[in-house]
Parts: sequence; structure tokens; C-alpha cells
Amino acid sequence: MTKALISVSGLDATGIIARVATRLSELNINILDISQTILGGYFTMMMIVDLDGANRSFDEIDQALQPVREELQMAIHMQRMDIFDAMHRI
Amino acid sequence: MIETGEILQTLRMIQEENFDIRTITLGLNLLDCSDENPERCAERVYTKICRQARQLVPVGESIEKEFGIPIVNKRISVTPVSLICQGDPRPIAKALDRAAQEMGVDFLGGYSALMHKGATLADERLLESIPEVLSETKLVCSSVNVASTRAGMNMNAIREMGEIIKKTAEKTADSDGLGCAKLVVFANAVEDNPFMAGAFCGIGEPESAINVGVSGPGVVKVAMEQIRGEPFDVVAETIKRTAFKITRVGQLVAREASQRLKIPFGIVDLSLAPTPARGDSVAHILTEMGLEMAGAPGTTAALALLNDAVKKGGVMASNHVGGLSGAFIPVSEDIGMIEAAACGALTLEKLEAMTCVCSVGLDMIAVPGDTTAAAISGIIADEAAIGMINNKTTAVRVIPAVGKKAGDRVEFGGLLGYAPVMSVNAYRNDDFIARGGRIPAPLHAMRN
Repeated sequence: MTKALISVSGLDATGIIARVATRLSELNINILDISQTILGGYFTMMMIVDLDGANRSFDEIDQALQPVREELQMAIHMQRMDIFDAMHRI
Repeated sequence: MIETGEILQTLRMIQEENFDIRTITLGLNLLDCSDENPERCAERVYTKICRQARQLVPVGESIEKEFGIPIVNKRISVTPVSLICQGDPRPIAKALDRAAQEMGVDFLGGYSALMHKGATLADERLLESIPEVLSETKLVCSSVNVASTRAGMNMNAIREMGEIIKKTAEKTADSDGLGCAKLVVFANAVEDNPFMAGAFCGIGEPESAINVGVSGPGVVKVAMEQIRGEPFDVVAETIKRTAFKITRVGQLVAREASQRLKIPFGIVDLSLAPTPARGDSVAHILTEMGLEMAGAPGTTAALALLNDAVKKGGVMASNHVGGLSGAFIPVSEDIGMIEAAACGALTLEKLEAMTCVCSVGLDMIAVPGDTTAAAISGIIADEAAIGMINNKTTAVRVIPAVGKKAGDRVEFGGLLGYAPVMSVNAYRNDDFIARGGRIPAPLHAMRN
């Protein structure tokens, strides 16, 4: 399983989770875990997802998220989970 | 499952505390490029590097992007050129520079000679060409090994290197002696070092290897801020834990680069390498321990603890550790060192003492332009003696600042930073350096 962290941050609005999750669903990317909070009107969400179902390269998936970035005006970063596993799990 | 707090900690290390992979260095054997015709040899060198290193930068960049960790430099280290050149080495230097630029790497190391016991004809030719090569190439780095614990010290080579450093500074005077920033003189040089200027691919190395150097003084500094006033047991433990985390990421990147490039993984260099950026300083880890400035009494002890704890934490995190492994104390590349040197807290003599307990040596130190070649050779000899006797790698990378005196400033830019010119003991040592010959290997070299 190729796990990735997708972090989404920016000004809070209605439907952010729905929009991101819909796009992931279209890409056949399974969401494994979500945590989300609002800090001073600032929306931050972290999703852990499984990229394997997408059958696309990391770059292609990142590109496929671009329209969502632009539409929501949010910062959306994706990075492989391996770095967190390496650092925090033996 | 990884917890949110852990994810945030990692992101904070990267985004706020300057944690990065300092370098992925591709070690490349060039022994098979040797040819009696220098031009043909140079062509072979160029062709081989371009064939083997083509994917290095693209793969480095894709890892950066996917894992979200900056990889500051991509570099190449090659077989010491004196081992492959049978004639004029200068065409090879040009080919190395051309290949490095073509591959898009930041530096290429290996314009080197290993002459800790004596010089071959090729070594002599290479040495002679260093000032010209470093002034006319952009990315080529040079290193010379002049001493080892096993062989003793080659005082002829040390004498010559004083002259060569002076000449290199003069030839690159218009860029504040930048050529000297690309030239390092070693004792006990290592074969798998990924760091510049001293990286080369030693003769015990495989055809090619991926060596990775990590960096994160800022992360250690921030971890130390949480334990102010605690005893040194806690300090050591905190540094170990942090070094472990940093090195695990280095190991991950090394493994991933090795797999993608289909080149064997060599080593992870357990290093704390500073940059001139604030928050990326080794000196500030020392001040965080309770010293007003780097150089204050206690500095050597603080550095010894830091260096040892970095190794202890890192060694558990990687399956092959090598290179120089330890905390670096380059003056011009560390804002805390720059400040300490500028205000007089840190002197050349204190730096020399510090090199006894850390990796690697007197590094990126600007000295007055009128420092004699013999004085530079004396500095090299002192440093080499520390390496030889203590069975460790030591190095000298000093920059004579042409036309400048102690207290002036030299500027190199980028990762190389800037430095105050430090004063050198002005008493003469010419007769000492003129002797030449070899200082015999120490008794503990005979271990069989």
C-alpha cells in the first residue's frame, strides 16, 4: 500500500471536505484517516490516503488535485507517508 | 497509525527548523577511463559521467517532491583524478566541469590526490594544476590527503599545499578566494564522503554508490530549547533522539534513491551540517547548552557531547554509516560561528581544539592575505597531527583573503556564506616547514 498524507489548509468555507473527498473518490483513492479542525477561522485538515487504487503516478495524482486547489483557493499538499513512518516508528 | 502530533512534528522540523537532506552524492568509479592520451581520457570521463549520472538530479527532485523533504544538493564524487591521469590532468578537470554542468549537479568532487606517504608523478602534476583548475572550473572540487594514522605525515606534500592554497587564493582573488573554498587538505580522508569539497570515490568503493548526508542543526537546537537547565544526561539523550529521527529520513531517502537509480546504497553520513541561515547553526546548539558564544570556556566539551550523541543516535537509524559522520564547524557557513569569530570569542586556536572532538577540521576559515605559505602549511601540519594521532579524519580548508587583514570580511554567497578574516599567529615557522620529509606513523599505527 502506498500511503500519502494530504494536508489541506486555508480560509474556512462550506463544502471543503466534500469537494476534496469527491475528487479523491473520482481518482479511486481510498481515505484511511481524517482529522480536521478550525483555528481562528483557518481550516486545516490532514487525510491519510491509499494511492494504489488510482493507478497513476504520484505526479499525475498531484496534478489531478490542481483544479480543486484552484477552485477552493486552498493549499493542498500531498506527500508520501513513509517519511513519518521512518521518523516515528521503528 | 501515525498520530497527528507526530505528523505535525515532522512538518515543523522541515518547514520551520531547516531540516533537510544536505546531499545525495553519487560515487562513481572512473578507473576504467584511464588513457595515456589526456584528451581521450577526458572524453571517456565525460561520456561515463553523462551515462551514469543522467538520472541523478531528476530522481533527487522527484524524491523531494513525493516525500516533502528538501534535498539541497545533488553531487557526484569520482575516483581521485591522479589515479586515472597518465599525463596532463587539466583536460580531465574541464571534462569533469562540463559533465557536472550537463548533469545539473551542484558540485563534483574528486580532483584529488592521495599522497599521505608520497607522491606519484601524476600526484605532482595534479597538485601543480590545482590553482589553475579551481580558478577556471565552476563545479569541480579538489582534495589532497597528506597524512594518515597508518602512514604518518607527508611533510613535502604539506609544504606544497601551503603554496598551492596561496596560489589558488591569488588566482581567484576577484571572488574573495573562492577557489580555496573548493579545496580541502585531509588527514585520514574517507572514501565514501558525500560532503564537499572533500568528496571522492575511493578505490575500495564499488563501481557506483549512493551516499547521503543529512543535516538538521536547527532541529537539535529547538529540541534543546525544551530542556533548558536540565543536566547533561538529558541533553545527550535529547540529541540522540533527535539525531535518530533525522537519520531515519536520510536512510529512507538513500534507499529510495538507490532503488530508483538502480545504484547500490553506500552509506548515510551522520552529520550536522550548518548553513549560514539563522536557525541552521551548530554554534547555536552550543550556546543553547549554556555558553554565551561559541568559543567560551566549555565549548570543546559541549561539542564533544554533541558529536558523540549525534553518532549514537544516528548509528541506530541506518544500516550503513560512513563518510565523515559528526558535527561540522565550518566558520563561514554557520551564523553562530561567524558571529563568534567576528566578536573575538572564537579564535583559530580554539577552533583547532574543537576539531579534536568533532568532524572534521578547520573549515571555511578566512585568514589574512599576507599569511605566509609556510604558516598555512604549519596550520595543515598541526591539524594533520591531530588526525594522525587521534585516528580520525581532520581537514583544513582555509581561504587566504588577498589584500585583506584580520577583522575584514570575505563573501562567498550561497551555502558557502561569508566570514570575518581571522588572525593567525604571526611568529615564523619557515625553517620547520622547509625540512620536508615524512613524520613517521605513530606507535599505535602498528596494530597487527
